Amino acid sequence: MEQSRRIPVGPILSAVALLAVPLVLPDWMKFIVTLALSKFLAVLAVALFLRAGMVTFGHAMFYAVGAYVVGFSNKLFAYHGILVLLVIGALVGAGVAALIGLIMARYREVFFAMLNLAFSMMLYGAFLKLYWVTGGTDGLGTGLPTFLGYTPARDNLRDVQYYATLVVAGLVIYGVYRFLASPLGYYLKARADNEIRIEYSGESVQRVIYATYVLSGALAAMGGVLAAFTVGHIVPEYAFWIQSGDFVFVAILGGFESVAGPLVGAIAFEFIRTYASKYFPNEWQMVLGIIMLVIILFRPGGIWAIYESLVAKVRRPKGEVAHG
Amino acid sequence: MADAAPIVQTLDLTKSFGMVTAADRINVQIQGGELVGIVGANGSGKTTFINIITGYLKPDRGRVLLMGKDRTGSPPRAIVKLGIARSFQIPQLYTSLSVLENLLLSLAARAGEATTFWRPLYRSSWMEDGLQTLERFGMKAYAHRPVNELPEGGRKLLDIALSFALKPQLLLLDEPTSGVSIEDKFQVMDTLMKVVEETRLTTVFVEHDMEVVQRYGRRVLAFDNGRVIADGTPEAVLADPEVRKAVLGRV
Repeated sequence: MEQSRRIPVGPILSAVALLAVPLVLPDWMKFIVTLALSKFLAVLAVALFLRAGMVTFGHAMFYAVGAYVVGFSNKLFAYHGILVLLVIGALVGAGVAALIGLIMARYREVFFAMLNLAFSMMLYGAFLKLYWVTGGTDGLGTGLPTFLGYTPARDNLRDVQYYATLVVAGLVIYGVYRFLASPLGYYLKARADNEIRIEYSGESVQRVIYATYVLSGALAAMGGVLAAFTVGHIVPEYAFWIQSGDFVFVAILGGFESVAGPLVGAIAFEFIRTYASKYFPNEWQMVLGIIMLVIILFRPGGIWAIYESLVAKVRRPKGEVAHG
Repeated sequence: MADAAPIVQTLDLTKSFGMVTAADRINVQIQGGELVGIVGANGSGKTTFINIITGYLKPDRGRVLLMGKDRTGSPPRAIVKLGIARSFQIPQLYTSLSVLENLLLSLAARAGEATTFWRPLYRSSWMEDGLQTLERFGMKAYAHRPVNELPEGGRKLLDIALSFALKPQLLLLDEPTSGVSIEDKFQVMDTLMKVVEETRLTTVFVEHDMEVVQRYGRRVLAFDNGRVIADGTPEAVLADPEVRKAVLGRV
């Protein structure tokens, strides 16, 4: 109702660009974009909580849960169907989140952030120590993915995998878009504003957080399934706190007020990291740090906010759109 | 037969904060259909009374019966679900959302859909209901504006509208005109009382301004030092020398 009926040029161009990736980019870049699309799902999970004014430094645990679902499936059943594993990964991720969430929904602020970190580090420790199951630091292989029974040849595997990941990311974008337009999506923002009002409307803030937590667990785990197949190998570092921190970093880099922000952020992050570590092999974290500093100081809304203000500048001369 | 139990009945409610007694053996009944003004000086225990009924504070002693059932110590959420909503002296709003979105979230809460994540918040039935409520409160023009663009009187009214939208059986208003300029005070109250009368909503409002209470209350309770010192028609209560001394500081 409130939205303008202009042709959404930006989204259409980005969709075309994403569809064209395998045709124009070299293999190593396809790999980077595929990985970025996979991690994007975990970043979205973190972004949901940022909207609610909450930070989690432990969502890599769900990402790792998804990845290890793939690893165990390979090890125990030699099964590699990516769609089925996505569903199982999402269910296991949601299940673990449903369990941990019972505790997590009671906490806010720094306690929420650090308790998530604590749980993720316990999981990291378990993956590390239970080496007869998890392979310890050696990790687990994933095997080559199959797509609805179709096994691509090695030379077009990257492309098929890319498109599969893109389709999943597209469905997730649609799903999260619906989520953000739903009562629960709005209640996340409302929580950041005023918990008292929520309780005095007869609703439970804990329920809001819990439901979001379960969904975020499923999302991040799906990201883990995709990332595991992209890399082909899983190590306990998937659950490490630095990985969790990266997700938060990317969400802020891209901007967490929209669905597009985390997507842009995830792709930008993988490229920044790749180039920064190529040109500044010893100082690449510093490059990331400087970028974060600039974003927070000048554009706290992230890259997406920069894009939006540019679009607004381009469109303004054509006359303001009336409100309401 | 209709349930004759009062909506609220308090039995010897007592609450102290250190040396200060904020509620001292309060026995009050509020029946369906009443319009009650509570008057008293600052610190006389008016807000504490509301806070105990709505579950924000637990009494040290005494009981709260709602619709005839003992609900002492029930959490605010449960009490709201029973049909008792309140507004706040300092408006409690979702400041990053629009005026209409604030209302839609009340409607979602009322429908028990706070965790619905697939259906949209903006749905026609809720929009209609929300806009209608905004119209009642004279704020329809602000529907799509951010909350922080509202003037203070508008923020107070929206705070009340959010509770009103829950369609409660009893609405408790904590100082609906505090923070509102003197010129706007009666306009806010006029708007409010028109809504209350049209909907025949049982309402209790707390107010330290005797003039406001006299003009809008049909029954008045006067509080002093946590005690109810008078209970009756506005004329009778406000003519009571003890009340005048306690509230105005002069007879």
